[in-house]
Amino acid sequence: MSEDLTEATCNLVRDIALKQEPTLKKITAFLTSSTMFLTFALSVAYAAEPIRIGAIISSTGPASFLGEPQGITLRHYVKKINDAGGVLGRPIELIIYDDATDANTARTFAARLVDSNKVVAAMGPSTTGITLAVASVFVDAKIPLVSLAAGVEIVEPVRPYVFKTPHTDRMVCGKTIEDLKVRGIQRIAMINGTDGAGKTLRNECTAAAKGAGIEILADETFNPTDSDMTPQLTKIKNRPGVDALLVGGFGQALALVTRNYGQLGMKVPMYQAHGAASKAYIKLSGTASDGVRLVAPLLVVGEKLPNTDPSKKVVLDYDKTIRSITGAEASTFGGYSYDALMLIVNAIERAKSADPKDIRDALESTQGFVGVTGVFNMSKTDHLGIDARSLYMVDIKNGDWFVKP
Amino acid sequence: MSVSDVVLLSPSRSWGVLALGSIIFVLSFVINSEFHFRVLAMVFIFALAAVGLNVLMGHAGVVSLGHAGFFAIGAYAVAIGPAHLGLSSWSSMLAGVILAGLIAFLIGRPILRLKGHYLAAATLGFGLLLFMVLTNEVPWTGGPDGMSVRRLQIADWRPAGAKFWFWVAGCMLVAGTWLAINLEKSPTGRALRAIHGSEVAASVNGIDVAHYKLIAFIISAVFSAVAGAMLALLDGHVTPSVGGFLLSLQLVTMVVLGGIGSIFGAVVGAAVLVLLPQFLTSLHEYEHAFLGLVLILCMITLRAGIVPTVAAALKRR
Amino acid sequence: MSELLQFLIAGMTVGAIYSVVALGFTMIYNVSGVVNFAQGEFVMLGAMLSVAGITIGIPFPVAAMIAIGFTALISVTLYDLAIRPARGAPMFALVIITIGASILIRGISKIFFGTSPQSLPSLLGNTSINIAGAVLQPQSVVVVVSAVCIFIGLHVLISKTLLGRAVVATASNRMAAQLSGINVELTTRLSFALSAAIGALSGVLIAPITLASYDMGTMLALKGFAAAILGGMGNPLGAVVGGLLVGLFEALSSGYISSQYKDATAFMIIVMVLFVSPNGLFGKSGYERV
Repeated sequence: MSEDLTEATCNLVRDIALKQEPTLKKITAFLTSSTMFLTFALSVAYAAEPIRIGAIISSTGPASFLGEPQGITLRHYVKKINDAGGVLGRPIELIIYDDATDANTARTFAARLVDSNKVVAAMGPSTTGITLAVASVFVDAKIPLVSLAAGVEIVEPVRPYVFKTPHTDRMVCGKTIEDLKVRGIQRIAMINGTDGAGKTLRNECTAAAKGAGIEILADETFNPTDSDMTPQLTKIKNRPGVDALLVGGFGQALALVTRNYGQLGMKVPMYQAHGAASKAYIKLSGTASDGVRLVAPLLVVGEKLPNTDPSKKVVLDYDKTIRSITGAEASTFGGYSYDALMLIVNAIERAKSADPKDIRDALESTQGFVGVTGVFNMSKTDHLGIDARSLYMVDIKNGDWFVKP
Repeated sequence: MSVSDVVLLSPSRSWGVLALGSIIFVLSFVINSEFHFRVLAMVFIFALAAVGLNVLMGHAGVVSLGHAGFFAIGAYAVAIGPAHLGLSSWSSMLAGVILAGLIAFLIGRPILRLKGHYLAAATLGFGLLLFMVLTNEVPWTGGPDGMSVRRLQIADWRPAGAKFWFWVAGCMLVAGTWLAINLEKSPTGRALRAIHGSEVAASVNGIDVAHYKLIAFIISAVFSAVAGAMLALLDGHVTPSVGGFLLSLQLVTMVVLGGIGSIFGAVVGAAVLVLLPQFLTSLHEYEHAFLGLVLILCMITLRAGIVPTVAAALKRR
Repeated sequence: MSELLQFLIAGMTVGAIYSVVALGFTMIYNVSGVVNFAQGEFVMLGAMLSVAGITIGIPFPVAAMIAIGFTALISVTLYDLAIRPARGAPMFALVIITIGASILIRGISKIFFGTSPQSLPSLLGNTSINIAGAVLQPQSVVVVVSAVCIFIGLHVLISKTLLGRAVVATASNRMAAQLSGINVELTTRLSFALSAAIGALSGVLIAPITLASYDMGTMLALKGFAAAILGGMGNPLGAVVGGLLVGLFEALSSGYISSQYKDATAFMIIVMVLFVSPNGLFGKSGYERV
């Protein structure tokens, strides 16, 4: 193309230099080749213009357990998408910042993403508190944010540009309380972490229990960094009439609670929330995890699904990919970021535009999108898109999950 | 201590303040991004807290590992006041600052009788206790996820945006620095430095050691509270981490890095600790390791802190 | 009654953990006057390096020894590269250096070890021991016994061996010790190594109870520091007693008052003790030359 243009230009220039009238043929040749060249150049420049997508995750700090798998997932899948040609012919430029589980740091990076990096969409943060702290930055800038945190307050009330992918703690508690009702359990004890996850689970499960007429006989807490919860569990063990124990929180503390429960020889049924849905939890808890019932998101029970379920393939693919990178199973937290990324990519493709408002509108009209956390159906009033149907009640036996029918 | 201690103004002592003010003024024209204004506003806010802490650490010789507690009192005051008590943001800020001073007075009296590491541990305890209260008293504070802060309102105008806070924080920093310099040169400041040099000698000379240490403690608490309130209003949201141990440690590091005893050192230290992570983001997972390395190298090479070491080097030329 | 006993057992277990961390603080403080905030990281390194060794197939005892040795080496390197060059620097600078070191070690550990929590095998198995209705874990006994053994070992070292006396001499007056023919650099290095070894060993022993992760050091350092303060900074007996007391305060307030504020209660009690005894329980009051 450039040779044609060079030749045509030379011909024309020679004619003008020799004061000869250029023929119509030569003029046409020049015009055609330059138009083609310019179009090509412009399209190349436009195609090379990357789509900037930002992410704020907690790679360090107390929530690093959530943020690390999210970082790994995002980096790998963005590279994979770019290797396959990008989105709308353009590569994705992923800009990840680590907020060190600090809301103030996250807010600074939010401003940086919006003002300096000029992203068209963003993912994260990893925790509810930090999401609430940064949400207004994205709402004011009219840039869609897909959060990776569980709190129901993120999407209720619906904020115009804020979405999320994990199940809400309200759904998780709802599932637990439902199961308690089926078993006819009327009186429970709770022990929750003092962190954000523990607090929201405590609030939601208390409300759900009250709604179902279930009495809460004990309400204990532990710090996520504690090494021993036997005092609190001893109090619960000695409280007469407790028929079930609900545990809420995240991280290694859940395994410690379970271990202590086993060491104390407690027999009352234990329920865990989705923070414990990992093989790592089972391994760290040891034999004490036998008989624990927990609410597990789709990703964890993927291989137990019937082959006809469209989610199964997506889940198993993701798990296999993560295993090949880290050598360990895929984590639900990483899964949330996978869904966020794929939802945004899907929205850009459907909208055929990388304009933030178009992306937001396309996100809101997502229908039937098969992710690893569930099948997403979003709308103007539903910025989460999944419900308790992709949450499963499972029992732990001999180090494996058994899905309750 | 009298009013004249803080309002004496003499041209030769205020060149530093003027320089700071001019830098801020010039920056406002050079910068045009909301993000950059925000980062600088944060530098000014933390610098104000650091200047206050420097009065305590550098002049009175007290290490406080819980100063983020006062920072948080200011921050949560402007959050809780409008939301739970129906106060305006202004009166909440004032209330928060007064509360911080009051609490400093109440706990300062007993705690300041301790010395060295024991005093540091007591301040640590205060900081941790406050952090736990903020995390656990959910109906008041929103718990670990924090609560939103109502934006400032002046008559009918709702100033939003980092540029407004850049100016406010900048002005407060200039004011705070001016106060600190005057304090340093005043009789109170001299008393504090005598105490820092040797408590026994100072008290033999008739200085009421406990009284002056308490004054330094209260002043530093007030500076921190003002800074905390500004940060909360800038962010529009506040979480318990504003009162956390890590923030206390950051404040101490800012003062030491910049140079203990040097007011402008505190400003420089704050600037380094706020700006450096922004430059290190390209290092991704090596960011924190690198930050640790920078701290070590700085303290080995610039023992007295950045500003005093540089100043001494310049003097030798 | 069995409830109280259970709380006491919990308190002793956690307290012994704090004791060994506090002992590490004490050692380095005594020989160099520095409060080493990286002490918590030595505990972490002991645990995590052992896990890494086991993962690549090395038998547990060998992995643990390699981990302890390696951690001691890192501590000596820290002294040589970061603390010795800053000799003569004001106390504050040295503290910031140790803080910087702990950030550096933590940052590098995260890259190598990742964020997932790990566990180590218990030395005496996992069967709970029943005492009068309360339950005691065999590993808790191991930790308490080790804390006492380490303390006794240190005491013997300090009072009966030449090396120990060299450490004491170096700590009280470095110049005089040097003039007496003591190799102060070697002595200091050995103290750092020993302190880190103690920390790493305790990491290996407590990981079966507390689990281990790259960021376990911060909280341990904080609690260990509080324990050392309570007992009197620089006093080994104080470190042990302080640790046990902090653990007991925590467990008892968690059991009888409120689990939410147990850490605060423990700290409040420490502060109260300090009002009565400003140099901790066993600390000697310092003197100031005017």
